[in-house]
Amino acid sequence: MLAAWRTVAQRRQCPRAPALLAAARHLASQTATASAQSASVAAEVPSSSSGSEPSARLSSSSQQQEERMDFPGGSVPFTAAMSFLGGTFSPRAPLPCYRTIDSAGLAIADADIPHELDQETAVKMYKTMVTLQTVDVIFYEAQRQGRFSFYMTSSGEEATAIGSAAALTNDDVIFSQYREQGVIMYRGFSVQDMAHQCFGNIHEQGKGRQMPIHYGSKSLNFHTISSTLATQLPHAVGAAYALKLQKRNACAVAYFGEGAASEGDFHAALNFAATLKAPVVFICRNNGWAISTPATDQYRGDGIAGRGPGYGMASLRVDGGDARAVYNATAAARKIAVEQQVPVLVEAMSYRSGHHSTSDDSSRYRAAEEMRQWRARDPVARFQRWLVDQGWWSDAQDTSARQEARRDVIKALETAQKAPKPPLSAMFEDVYARMPWHLEKQQAEVFAHVRTHPDACPADIPVK
Amino acid sequence: MAALQQTAAADAAAAAAAAAAASPATASLSQCDQQQQPEVAKMNFCNAVNSALHIAMGEDPKTMCFGEDVAFGGVFMCSRGLLERFGRDRVFNTPLSEQGIVGFAIGAAAEGYRPIAEIQFADYIFPAFDQITSEAAKYRYRSGGVYDVGGLTIRAPYGAVGHGGHYHSQSPEAFFTHIPGIQVVMPSGPREAKGLLLAAIRDPNPTVFFEAKMLYRTAVEDVPEGDYEIPLGKARVAQQGSDITLVGWGQQVRVLELAAREVAERDGISCEVVDLRTLLPWDADTVEASVRKTGRLLVSHEAPVTSGFGAEVVSTITDRCFYSLEAPPARVCGYDTPFPLIFEPLYLPTARRIADAIRSTVRHHG
Repeated sequence: MLAAWRTVAQRRQCPRAPALLAAARHLASQTATASAQSASVAAEVPSSSSGSEPSARLSSSSQQQEERMDFPGGSVPFTAAMSFLGGTFSPRAPLPCYRTIDSAGLAIADADIPHELDQETAVKMYKTMVTLQTVDVIFYEAQRQGRFSFYMTSSGEEATAIGSAAALTNDDVIFSQYREQGVIMYRGFSVQDMAHQCFGNIHEQGKGRQMPIHYGSKSLNFHTISSTLATQLPHAVGAAYALKLQKRNACAVAYFGEGAASEGDFHAALNFAATLKAPVVFICRNNGWAISTPATDQYRGDGIAGRGPGYGMASLRVDGGDARAVYNATAAARKIAVEQQVPVLVEAMSYRSGHHSTSDDSSRYRAAEEMRQWRARDPVARFQRWLVDQGWWSDAQDTSARQEARRDVIKALETAQKAPKPPLSAMFEDVYARMPWHLEKQQAEVFAHVRTHPDACPADIPVK
Repeated sequence: MAALQQTAAADAAAAAAAAAAASPATASLSQCDQQQQPEVAKMNFCNAVNSALHIAMGEDPKTMCFGEDVAFGGVFMCSRGLLERFGRDRVFNTPLSEQGIVGFAIGAAAEGYRPIAEIQFADYIFPAFDQITSEAAKYRYRSGGVYDVGGLTIRAPYGAVGHGGHYHSQSPEAFFTHIPGIQVVMPSGPREAKGLLLAAIRDPNPTVFFEAKMLYRTAVEDVPEGDYEIPLGKARVAQQGSDITLVGWGQQVRVLELAAREVAERDGISCEVVDLRTLLPWDADTVEASVRKTGRLLVSHEAPVTSGFGAEVVSTITDRCFYSLEAPPARVCGYDTPFPLIFEPLYLPTARRIADAIRSTVRHHG
């Protein structure tokens, strides 16, 4: 660097030479510190300037070609060749998709399995999948029957949610999008809890304020879902940073879809996580569709995992329909995040077998053949096959588990539907820590209105 | 009068200098022991903010200060000395992304930390608007109260500086007063700033704190060196009067005081000046009591007049004081244009425009 400026100064008989040299010396002395903190560029290519003596370089510099550019972001090698990378120019091969079980559910020989699945965990995973599938089917039908207003299934993505949840500890803080009910269920959120939330009754934590499926549970370390996409990603980074300062053996985990990854918050979150070194695992469910928008209308690069290295982040693509691969990917990612206190990106490739929500009919924009092909490699069936091959599950157990799940889900719906709604006062509480005067006034207005017009208040909301 | 021939920017500077020369009122130090005078020092607005940050950071290891350029002390030097004292884990630069800064802060607050996030200019707060309204404001309510981001404070310099143009002069407070779930605070001077900022940081609700950047250097007052708070949600009667109530916030309060002095000296009109301090929730009771007494209301803010916060004040007070009003409430505000550079002297609600409006309001007959 110093050599470069000296050569330039000499060649051009530049009147600013002394100033240039002084600046170069200053920058050279800064480079040693800068290199230690430098970004991915310097991390990929070893810096030649760190540790070298400025004075030594000065004395031998006049004959040397400058080889590297040192700048405040790090150090990059020079080249006289001009070659574009990416786009249509020497496109990079897509990141391969890690899997350990094939589409039929047969174990793949010699797959990397750094985290073996023990029987207890595997069976718990599968049982949760069974319950999840049952909930998704019955709750969807309940919405169609008008029992509650809205529902979103996660068909086709059970392995992504449950495989990843199984690899986490209860201290890991979860920020999800909306299609990861398998995660909160694995943690212990019961079918009854889910039903209560969907009915917005007095037993649900959210006090009837949000639409169905907006689950949350502080005791399960699962932040309340919001409908806005990708906003949870920077939250996970801030939460991870807090965990880091507390030196906890825990990470934050952020779930999101490939569509949400187009939002600016995705970029902000990954950049912050890498730059501030936050122990967060980003798990993208690339399920191919954002409502009616296929992934080919969502991005042109190598999916979501392909973006990670650009932020300086370790990234892995995994078969989201292979529960064992997802489990391993998440366990490995968590280990990196917690041990190195850095972020990791995992992209789980899968397929949204169901509609976007009860407000959607995907047959309007999807080919039946495509859906049929993906149903044929249903993640739950694949994992079941593998489980049976281990001798850990049987058809009889399956039948009985599904019957029991069905009974539980139906009963949960009935119980939730009968339960009272939160009182009218819940409308104005929790906007602030303590109700300010203007909300007290407005609350009084609403009560006065309901006293005058009792039929204005929904019949199931207690007026208190 | 020479004062009225200056721009409003100069108005505020003149008012600031006048305030510095005047003896400090201790009425605003609501939580200070009045028996023993607190140790005070001459501080400008920036020093006052810095002092509050040092106290907040020192009392709670879960407090953090971050944003663009915060580490070296901040482009306005409000975070000076914090890195050296508290270390780079808690005082740090973030990448250049307001949505990232606020989103990150929300996550930390949701896990019990007390992040003080700096947005470099209020003009650049808009990328963070989604995080503020969709997330911070709703975090407690949507979780049924089990989660919250009460520890979050967002600080941003706002307001005219004389040469800021479109993107270094704006007063965006009105957008934020329309968000249920957050608080909006705008101190009018150094002593107010320190007390209000400490209250905002400690308050269990997410708070947006707008600092009048032109006052950073120009406003100098005696400010207690120790710890004190000024309550949120409570307006301050900056001066008492009988003929008309002037309501403002932030640096505009000084312009109101200038106009009040002008009409007192020239026209014998007695103005009561109310500094709202907090816009959300705002102290309508104090303004109501004042307008019941004076019978006249004038609200002034730099932000464009249409849908500015003055509209909320006028509407609420008209509702409460309709039969006490002698004249229609007046608003003297910025115009509905992007903040112009060379036209700033005419764009801003100057003391002269306010004085003219005071006169016509007082002389108004139905």
